[in-house]
Amino acid sequence: MNGRHQTERFRFAWLPYLTLFAMLGPLLAGLAGTVAPAFGYMPALGTRDLSLDVFRSLMAWPGLYDAVRLSVTTGFLATAISLGIVTLITAGWVGTKSFRILERLLSPLLSVPHAAAAFGFAFLIMPSGWIARLLSPWLTGWDRPPDVLIVQDPYGLAMTAGLIAKEVPFLLLMVLAALSQSNGTRRQIVAQALGYGRVTGWLKTVFPSIYSQIRLPVYVVLAYSMSVVDVAIILGPNTPPTLSVQIIKWMNDPDLSFRLQAAAGALAQFLLVIAAMLVWRMGELFVAFAGRRWIVRGRRQLLDKTLRTVGFTAGVITAASIILGLAGLVLWSFAGFWSYPDILPDNLSLRSWARSGAGLSDAAFETMIIAFASTLIAVFLTIGCLEAEYRYNLRITRRSLLILYLPLMVPQTAFLPGLQTLLLTTGADTGRLPVILTHLVFVLPYVFLSLGDPFRSWDTRYATTASALGAGPDRVLWRIRLPMLLAPVLTAMAVGFAVSVGQYLPTLLIGGGRLQTLTTEAVALAAGGDRRVIGVYGLAQTTAALLPFLIAILLPAFLWRNRKALRHG
Amino acid sequence: MGDQGLTLENVEIRNGQNTLISINTHIAPGEVLTIMGPSGVGKSTLLSYVIGNLPPGFDAKGRIVLDGHDITHLPTNKRRVGILFQDDLLFPHMSVGENLSFGLHADIKGRAVRRMHIEAALTEINLEGFANRDPETLSGGQKARVALMRMLLSNPCALLLDEAFARLDTKLRGQVRNLVFEYARKRDLPTLMVTHDQADADAAGGECIHLLEFGKPN
Repeated sequence: MNGRHQTERFRFAWLPYLTLFAMLGPLLAGLAGTVAPAFGYMPALGTRDLSLDVFRSLMAWPGLYDAVRLSVTTGFLATAISLGIVTLITAGWVGTKSFRILERLLSPLLSVPHAAAAFGFAFLIMPSGWIARLLSPWLTGWDRPPDVLIVQDPYGLAMTAGLIAKEVPFLLLMVLAALSQSNGTRRQIVAQALGYGRVTGWLKTVFPSIYSQIRLPVYVVLAYSMSVVDVAIILGPNTPPTLSVQIIKWMNDPDLSFRLQAAAGALAQFLLVIAAMLVWRMGELFVAFAGRRWIVRGRRQLLDKTLRTVGFTAGVITAASIILGLAGLVLWSFAGFWSYPDILPDNLSLRSWARSGAGLSDAAFETMIIAFASTLIAVFLTIGCLEAEYRYNLRITRRSLLILYLPLMVPQTAFLPGLQTLLLTTGADTGRLPVILTHLVFVLPYVFLSLGDPFRSWDTRYATTASALGAGPDRVLWRIRLPMLLAPVLTAMAVGFAVSVGQYLPTLLIGGGRLQTLTTEAVALAAGGDRRVIGVYGLAQTTAALLPFLIAILLPAFLWRNRKALRHG
Repeated sequence: MGDQGLTLENVEIRNGQNTLISINTHIAPGEVLTIMGPSGVGKSTLLSYVIGNLPPGFDAKGRIVLDGHDITHLPTNKRRVGILFQDDLLFPHMSVGENLSFGLHADIKGRAVRRMHIEAALTEINLEGFANRDPETLSGGQKARVALMRMLLSNPCALLLDEAFARLDTKLRGQVRNLVFEYARKRDLPTLMVTHDQADADAAGGECIHLLEFGKPN
């Protein structure tokens, strides 16, 4: 009988349940709020008859085929290519100096908000963007931007490319985390000693176990790429738009009856993502089958040199496209007169910033409040869960990991419209508090995933020692464990903050269109095409997401400046 | 006083079907009981039962009685059992002085009085003026002394040593070991030591129980 913490049993024990509720409550409520109107049940609009009429009118929408096709192609292409790039970089370069440089370049890019990255990417590849300027007029002969649709192309290629640039850092970080838990390096050395090439050896001996650990993140990327809204508005086609963008258009239609159609579309999007995951799963099984046969055939090389080069080049292009894109945002936000095809503006000015003044600071303030509140709640719940797990010896199963990923695998467009409908029909209003709680649904998993490993791998003999010295469990938590884990706690907060800052759809829908954050304002600017103001908002958004990371690095370094064991840790 | 000391009364620790340890013994004040055996036989599990945090997956029965009080079901922080591990486990975010203050019993009140105790304790282990030092900057022997003193300042009634000297090099090991045993005797602490080093057992001089293979005590 373990008698160590009987006295405070119920103080932490309920936190895992509260966390579960905070994460899954809105998700399930939102799905329910989507399903009912999709079948014609929406008392607020006076329709209660269950029927398939709504689906019939959805089927009759002429853009449906293109919308579904776009969702499927962008999803599969973005996921497969990102995974491919990450696999090749890791297989060919892990453990080398170049890999560490690339890793250091890509990690901070993870937290750049999708909208800012998409704008930056657009500024690069547009006919009036940097690449075209670089090649004009000496190569292209253009002395003014040509009328070609590079961004917002009907096949969604620009959107797919933009997504890849953002998903590569995400998957790379996941692979690195998985690698640190396996003895991949030694396996690769054994394979190389048996005469296998670097890439071939890694693919045959390390990849299978790594993939099983990053499977859920891969599904997250798939679901996200299929249903993303902000990136699709910025880089995706307009007529017709992607299914998710169309759902939001219907939601915002002054004619409320379109909400039924939006619900049907949301349900269709949900089913589409599930179907895509099943197809992907079958693809996994096929690759595993084919891979086994390839492994036993014993071939030592598979274009190893070429694949290494391809992987590295792709990694560099990915990092460069985001970094140069951000540089573009910076430059445009300070640009005075900038004529085509000059590479740089004629002069710099603060005019765009001054022009955005009040609106910008209001939006920044709102962004901070929401991000701060949702992050604080998320960190509180996460630490509560992890501490409860430690105190009561709860076991973390594969299933609870799945629950953590669930809010990230269900497309936002599938349940947020339903959640909004539900809030409005039950008389609960949209606004800041519901927005904070909805952000929490997405912030929590990331905070938990970020803090979970460092919290659990903390040496609990410190706790035993402190208890033996007479400290109760709470004192151990506050005086020993959390101070020692200050750096990972702050990093987790920074991650949560960045996730909240980047949220577009929850703010738009659950805020009822009345809450203006940096992200909603930036995305709203997409249609106008004022590059200077877009630069201002994109840059502000990126700063808001990145600043907490700076604090997370500097604060522990300052506080523990005289504590050698806690530096670099 | 027959009931002074640490008594393990019919203690049996099991891991599923396997009985790892079965022990019924009494350690008198100032005496050392050594438990020896290769790693993986569950020596440390016995200590975690005595200190009150048996890892999940283990079952234990039997009573632990310290100075006549049954502490079997008390939380760790109420047992008054001190423990030293093979790592010093000085809290890295606290200075040496703060580490000692964390250990110093709460009954000693008042800033100045507590600081005096800390200074005296540092002098006692030849570390005068080290109060503000970062523990990480200390040598291995210095760290071991601070860890020992931190534990003693909490006024424990018994002492557990979990491979406590295994990380120290041979010369240092002898010094630290003698210091620990000297304090244990001086303070009349019943001491339970697990080790795989015969030299530790010889230096302790007390009774020694050899655990052999997994599941077969004695």
